[in-house]
Amino acid sequence: METLAEIKARTETVAPGARLEIVSNGSPSQQASLRIDNEHAVEIARFLRDDPELRLDFCSNVTGVDWLDRTIKKTVKVKQVVDGVEKEVDQISEEVIPGYLEAVYHLYSIARKHGPVIIRMRTADRTAETQLPSLTSIWRSAEFQEREIFDLYGIHFDGHPDLRRILMWDEFEDYPMRKDYREPDDYEYEPTPHDDVLEKAKRHYAPRPQLDGAEKITAQP
Amino acid sequence: MSDIDEGLRGELQRQGIWVTSMQELYNWGRKNSIWPLQFGLACCAIEMIATAASRYDIARFGGEVFRPSPRQADLMIVAGTVTKKMAPQIVRLYNQMPDPKYVISMGACAISGGPFKQGYNVLKGIDRYIPVDVYIPGCPPRPEALLHAFMELQRKIDEQKLSGSNKAEHLRPDQPSEFPVPAFGAHDLEPAANADLFRPPEIQR
Amino acid sequence: MSLGFQELEAAERPPTIMTSRLEGELLEVSMGPQHPSTHGVFRMNVALDGEIVRKLKPVFGYLHRNHEKIGENTSYLGSMPYTDRLDYFCSMTNNWAYALSVEKLAGIEVPERAEYLRVILAELTRLQNHASLLGFLLSDMGAWGTPLMYAFREREKILDLFESLSGSRMMCDYMRFGGCRVDASPEWLARAKEVVNRFPKFLDEFENLIVENEILIARTQNVGKLSPGLAISAGITGPMLRACGVNYDIRKVDGYGYYPRFKFRIPLGEHGDTYDRLMMRALEMRESIAILNQAFEQIPAGPVMNPKVKIRAFKPPVGEAYGRIEAPKGELGFYLISDGSSNPYRYRVRPPSFINLTILEDLCLGHTVADVMVILGSVDIVMGEVDR
Repeated sequence: METLAEIKARTETVAPGARLEIVSNGSPSQQASLRIDNEHAVEIARFLRDDPELRLDFCSNVTGVDWLDRTIKKTVKVKQVVDGVEKEVDQISEEVIPGYLEAVYHLYSIARKHGPVIIRMRTADRTAETQLPSLTSIWRSAEFQEREIFDLYGIHFDGHPDLRRILMWDEFEDYPMRKDYREPDDYEYEPTPHDDVLEKAKRHYAPRPQLDGAEKITAQP
Repeated sequence: MSDIDEGLRGELQRQGIWVTSMQELYNWGRKNSIWPLQFGLACCAIEMIATAASRYDIARFGGEVFRPSPRQADLMIVAGTVTKKMAPQIVRLYNQMPDPKYVISMGACAISGGPFKQGYNVLKGIDRYIPVDVYIPGCPPRPEALLHAFMELQRKIDEQKLSGSNKAEHLRPDQPSEFPVPAFGAHDLEPAANADLFRPPEIQR
Repeated sequence: MSLGFQELEAAERPPTIMTSRLEGELLEVSMGPQHPSTHGVFRMNVALDGEIVRKLKPVFGYLHRNHEKIGENTSYLGSMPYTDRLDYFCSMTNNWAYALSVEKLAGIEVPERAEYLRVILAELTRLQNHASLLGFLLSDMGAWGTPLMYAFREREKILDLFESLSGSRMMCDYMRFGGCRVDASPEWLARAKEVVNRFPKFLDEFENLIVENEILIARTQNVGKLSPGLAISAGITGPMLRACGVNYDIRKVDGYGYYPRFKFRIPLGEHGDTYDRLMMRALEMRESIAILNQAFEQIPAGPVMNPKVKIRAFKPPVGEAYGRIEAPKGELGFYLISDGSSNPYRYRVRPPSFINLTILEDLCLGHTVADVMVILGSVDIVMGEVDR
């Protein structure tokens, strides 16, 4: 199979103006992925599916990922004049990367028996603009999986034939797989509470005057 | 169990006269033909099927007639994780079963949520909405454990009284036989538990 | 008696029964979540015209127990027992898929003996899964009791093997990233060999029961036909895909584990109907037995666990990996994103049963409501995996 860089170069000739980016992967799996832009997504997907060299006719896995706002701290050594003497001083700069939601597609070829080629799309942010183009028209297997991502992550797939909640009930309002989801407090007694459960337990039971240390029970590492 | 004097009964039996009471006969019949509801939720349901299948053979205890309709069932085996999406249907099925009805809560999930307790869609125990007669721990419980629970239930049925002040619950008109079905809310089931039935346990130390 | 697919081609198939459309209102029926033949808590909203299905919408989520969310809040090792409960018929293959993904994520080598044990256990799992599926499918068709009893009799023998090796009948929790938890004794291997040697006898008996049964042929042939094009587009995998004649088996394509060392064939169907899907399982079991026999002969001595792997305080490097295996139901994959901490940042299961249901409506349209159960049975779903 071609390398991802070759696929990227060929895709750029087919979809002029598309912004493509290779997302590197530091893990030993070496599965790098191709980030595609939302405007040309359907066009690129069709190319990947129909191109006689690639024939990525089998979209195996569609996943949502929630990336929260991140701050990256950078330490830069800057020369400064302190008390008349030039010194190297560490200057810490913080860069805030706004969060986004991501949809990842794992593509394989049944005709040519190769893969995976991984493509990913990102939403503009996590709250207001969570639209992505649906690729169900290209790969039918995305139909339920995109519905699942909509249900659990709240990504709205434009052009999806039937975008409804799939796992949770229709009246449900939250997106439970997001990292900042707080589940409802349906506290249940546990004989040896620890960690989060212990915190919950403290809210539900009044503190006792003399402590016997039972609250301090923690899970064994 | 009955009010007959045991010595007199033994004497009569030696003479070839078999004496019983209405209550004994009635309970004997009931306990040996418990028809479970054919209703599986998750992993435990497979062990329930294994209990009904050739090796463990629940038919030896009179419980092999699994009925697909709640109207014909005496026993609900809650076999598996109860999710919040499923809980209203389970309460509805329980309400549709005719009295006398019994519930076995099979496996850790049905008891308390088990390993999936932290899940946002997992009900922390079916006893929040319906009364449970026998709990079986295990994940999943072995078929032998289900058979044991079945025998425990038979013992419980055998001990039920038909008359008097402590007669069986299903014979008392003030005892409810149906329970309110929870509704789907925006974040959780509403209510999160049936307050008449379920209270968080007190810590006794 | 075994019937290959060449003989199946020659067998005459009855034409599809066409029923003229009744003039009337569509009757909407909600089948499930409590239904004797929905294999758990699956629900379908069906619109019927007389007995003919005109619309079918599956409803999921009645067993959505938040596997992925819990996986993201648990350590890598802590998720291993949860994978048992995904497809609770096939805990061994679930373990393997997860272990394989973590091994990819962290670049872990697996000792030779462990790989052989994994192949043996995965193929035993395939045997018991396919045997139980045939039993369930036949009971969906109305053969209530007997075939299921036969299938479960055989299943129990394999579960005994699992129990003596791992300590649990169903929830084995046996594999670890970097190998397997405990070694199999020579006695265990001898017992396993015995069970496998007896299995063809059961298959002969079972195939005798079903292959040429007139009722079974009438209920399954030309019912729920799936075209190869739609199957590929809809991401169908496993026996269901191969029943349409598409030669795609991940054991051959990816060659994970030591599968390239074994000689086995991939059975292929031609019509893509329920009968082919059913026979696919019967034929695959024969091939599994062939793999098992080779594995028993070839298995070397040695360690079963890579000593370099620290499975307890396990922290893989930052990155992501997607690993997949050919589970009995299709492609089971795990997609993991690591942020360098002890918990995965994203833990995703690619469930074969769930994605194989994508085309359920296409398969059922135009058939009678009684066929829906048979078609659903032939898809082979387990709700623990569908809803996770």
